[in-house]
Amino acid sequence: MEPGTLAFVIESLVKVAFVVGLVMGGVTYMTWVERRVAGIIQDRLGPNRVGWAGLLQPIADGIKFLFKEDIIPPHVYKPFYILAPALIFIPSLLGSAVIPFGDSIHLFGRDVPLRVADLNVGILFIFAASAMGVYGIALAGWSSNNKFSLMGGLRSSAQLISYELAMGLSVVGVLMAAGSLRLNDIVMAQADFRWNAFFQPIGLLCFLVAAFAETNRAPFDLPECESELVAGYHTEYSSMKFAMFMMAEYANMITASALLVTLFFGGWQVPGLSLLGLPPLAVSLVQVGAFLFKTAFFLFLFVWVRWTLPRFRFDQLMDLGWKALFPLALLQVFITSWLILKGWL
Amino acid sequence: MLAVNIIAFLAIFSALMVVFHRNPMVSVVFLIVNLVCIALFFLFLQAQFLFAIQIIVYAGAIMVLFVFVVMLLNLRREEETRPNWKVQRALAFAGGVLLVGALWSALWRRGASAEAFPGGFLDEFGTAEEVGRLLFTDYLFQFEAASVLLVVAMIGAVVLARRKES
Repeated sequence: MEPGTLAFVIESLVKVAFVVGLVMGGVTYMTWVERRVAGIIQDRLGPNRVGWAGLLQPIADGIKFLFKEDIIPPHVYKPFYILAPALIFIPSLLGSAVIPFGDSIHLFGRDVPLRVADLNVGILFIFAASAMGVYGIALAGWSSNNKFSLMGGLRSSAQLISYELAMGLSVVGVLMAAGSLRLNDIVMAQADFRWNAFFQPIGLLCFLVAAFAETNRAPFDLPECESELVAGYHTEYSSMKFAMFMMAEYANMITASALLVTLFFGGWQVPGLSLLGLPPLAVSLVQVGAFLFKTAFFLFLFVWVRWTLPRFRFDQLMDLGWKALFPLALLQVFITSWLILKGWL
Repeated sequence: MLAVNIIAFLAIFSALMVVFHRNPMVSVVFLIVNLVCIALFFLFLQAQFLFAIQIIVYAGAIMVLFVFVVMLLNLRREEETRPNWKVQRALAFAGGVLLVGALWSALWRRGASAEAFPGGFLDEFGTAEEVGRLLFTDYLFQFEAASVLLVVAMIGAVVLARRKES
């Protein structure tokens, strides 16, 4: 093996470890944030006993999940029942591989681009990963052999096909403005506060709503709607298998927030950073920090919305997807095309 | 090369399982596996755009509909009462022979080896830009014809859905 290849392998492994660690750490602590913020919004405390301010609560939960009895009900279709949690969890991690969390950093004499994989179809890769995630839910619902689970699985497949369209269309404007499918090019095109959020507010709105639906978060959490379906597709799951569904939900939220920041809020760009004249290493670190800060804000928004808005009814959800978001996203595509044609974008 | 062979094996195995497994849901899942394998072949040919589109459109959107229908109809009871049409079997066999023959003659003429593409692929082969350029230049007519066909199918679906309500 050439020394260049070895360095590349080590570099990639470090980046993979960093991103997976970041996402898994985020997943762990998002459960704590969710419960604490829910507490604050509902005028109570939330978990604050285990460790300082309850910070060890996620660890305690994790240990509890691992040691709970793993019950496989006798009436399930076993191969898919066991496969489903993995099928939903793996795609939720895959998406984070192509998101650029910084420009590039100069370390040990080499320029390290701060993203795991720089695909020229980065955005499509994320859509592909999220398209695969549906099967985890659908198969969990089907293999459980339970009416509530089946309803949850059915709802999620219908919901995901409907909102994938609106999401894909809302991104088209961004792609046209950047002229590339590569996520880092999209970030580069948003330098100096030329964030897509200002030029394409309708697209941003559509993407945001579709992202809530794609991650199965309230107000669109109908697949697991506890007031009608017990717990939807994961009714029959217990122990670590159940935990994997929860972890996948939070990992999806993190990917969705990071993607939202990348597409509409300039990614790792910090407006006016070049004016400060910082050393290159500090610039890189500030950019990574800015990206994480922006992502954290949208993660907070996910939690905030969940504990503020009531759940939609299923027909309302479909109406919103097809009759409101879809035409709106199409309108944004037309407006953006017109702006580009006029040379204003 | 090893990876290509493993995936080729998986593609054939999953395609056989689609046909031979008695449970419709298992068949559907193997069809998804098969389509993902085909997407991986595109990736080995450096066609990243086609890889992503294959996953999103075929393995993603279309197969979700299959899963949806199987779940909705809950076909499990029909496992035992599968109809045994002799004509259909004969026709399927004849169709299969025709397909194998067509593939064989295509491979025979083209020569399924690297010599068929002596210069290798262009770097831009299979990128979004190149696929888009081809669709709007060389294959414009086919592209437009396919889109008209899809519009007709959509209108047909709307008309069928309307009629039931009245």
